[in-house]
Amino acid sequence: MIDWIKQLPGNVIDFIGPEIIIATAKVVLVFGVLLVTTLLVIWFERRVIADMQARVGPNRWGPFGLFQTLADGIKLFFKEDFRPAAADRWTFVIAPVMAMVPAFLAFAVVPLGDHVVIAGHRVDLVMSDLNIGILYFLAVGSLGVYGVVLAGWASGSKYPLIGSIRSTAQMISYEIALGLSLVPIALVAGSLSTVDIVAAQAGTYDNIVLFGRDLNFLEGIIPHWFIVQQWPAFLIFLVAGIAETNRAPFDLPEAETELVAGYHTEYSGIRFAMFFLGEYVHVVAISAMAATLFFGGWHGWNPAFPAAIDWLRWIVPIFWFTIKTVAFVYLFVWLRATLPRLRYDRLMWVGWKRLIPGALVWIVVTAVLNSDPEEVPTSARLWVMAVVFAILLAWVWRGDPRLTALEPWRKKEVTRGTA
Amino acid sequence: MEAAWQEGLFFVFATVITVSAIGVVTARNVIHAALFLVATLIGAACIYILMFAEFVAWAQVLVYVGAIVVLMLFGLMLTRAPIGKYGEYDNDQKGLAAIVAAAVFGVTAWVLIDSFEGVELPTDRVAATTSKDVGEAIFSSYVLPFELVSVLLLAALVGAVVIARRDERVTSRTIDAARREKAREEDV
Repeated sequence: MIDWIKQLPGNVIDFIGPEIIIATAKVVLVFGVLLVTTLLVIWFERRVIADMQARVGPNRWGPFGLFQTLADGIKLFFKEDFRPAAADRWTFVIAPVMAMVPAFLAFAVVPLGDHVVIAGHRVDLVMSDLNIGILYFLAVGSLGVYGVVLAGWASGSKYPLIGSIRSTAQMISYEIALGLSLVPIALVAGSLSTVDIVAAQAGTYDNIVLFGRDLNFLEGIIPHWFIVQQWPAFLIFLVAGIAETNRAPFDLPEAETELVAGYHTEYSGIRFAMFFLGEYVHVVAISAMAATLFFGGWHGWNPAFPAAIDWLRWIVPIFWFTIKTVAFVYLFVWLRATLPRLRYDRLMWVGWKRLIPGALVWIVVTAVLNSDPEEVPTSARLWVMAVVFAILLAWVWRGDPRLTALEPWRKKEVTRGTA
Repeated sequence: MEAAWQEGLFFVFATVITVSAIGVVTARNVIHAALFLVATLIGAACIYILMFAEFVAWAQVLVYVGAIVVLMLFGLMLTRAPIGKYGEYDNDQKGLAAIVAAAVFGVTAWVLIDSFEGVELPTDRVAATTSKDVGEAIFSSYVLPFELVSVLLLAALVGAVVIARRDERVTSRTIDAARREKAREEDV
């Protein structure tokens, strides 16, 4: 009997299987860490914006006001669960959940570090290495729209509905640009898996030749991150990513001067907190993805460890990954404190007439530059580049809607409008 | 062990799909019907994952759940989403729709049984199809159907734009008419 109890842990592990235990532990751990991170990010945003506006920010609860968000969360938990009379009962309940869950799910494919060995089992520090990691990220991201759409409709009131229609149009427009901006990355890395993409960014650039000159002194200094060769894709990813999170300068869905609070006007208490939580997890998710896909993921300077603490080596990649993610979160906060909100037609114009064509052109350029010179002759490459540049010029010349209003063919419409 | 798990989960997802598919046609509210459709599509994606077809599963979520149903919801909200009270959506073409649905079901079931009867589905992670396999299949054996579908979708897209913009087309005749009307107003 006593032997049986002593062997119980081993028996349980054998019965359930180490894979399932490891997977469960990863899910629980990442979920917990994300919740705490979100609390810290909300505090971080309030402190940073306060600092930028020469205020103090929350500083009462805990050291540096760290527990402020926790206090707010507890307060929201105990508020009355209010539902408007005209609301659609079940949809109203489901909507906040639909806003929050996809944001958490996106983390399943983010590689947080290299790997650790626990009791002889190699544990990769990524929840799941799907061979279609990027596709998964986009698919899960596209589910986030439901929270906004359903919240707006289910509230049974006009401001949420207008906010949600705006938001849906914005999110489905920018989703296309977001997806297209990741295609060049898949082309360069030769894989859709986030783990492979991070592995492809190891090391540094060697043999740097710029305009026929050999830049030897840069050898081994510039890390082999995709941002170096894929910066246009990164810019598109960043703009589309900010639009996907519905944050400033793309926060039209909740423009308070026009829509009270947009799609979550009728929400209060814990349901409102879920929207809030979803937004911040989404910010962290986009930041983590930007770090993973363009800034080398967990790669970074790896110092030599003394033999005694060599087993702590796994902390270094996690450290670099965290630093990069926090830098992007800071950028999100900075943008919110700096930029004014876009006008709605300008928002659509940027999405459809700049980001999407730009991403398509960049996909062609990347494909041409990375094709095998043996298979594709140089003349063919030059032709493709020439066509791409012609498209690019025509596109820039078409220009701004403020300028095109002066073009002759536009005048007819103006005449018709006033007639 | 693996196969038993797969079979058990298959019945769970199949039940979810069937119940929500019935919900799609019996829901009294269009938005609820669309949400049942989402449940149906996600259930189908889960079955794809059970068969280790991860690419198809997530492409299904991205395209159908994330784009098509969202567009349907968007269209409904722009036009006739009932806020508060529920409308009546029955019409006299019910019987005809039922016949068409039965016919589609019959043909699909017959095709599936005819081509996959007796085929053992993979129960093993090793047999999983990767995105590479899917890509090679699409751009070698199935390149013609793939391109045909692309052209068809493009035609549908252009057609939609033409229909949507028909009234707003600016021709010299409409401009002249507008000018004449303005001149008449000024005369009066």
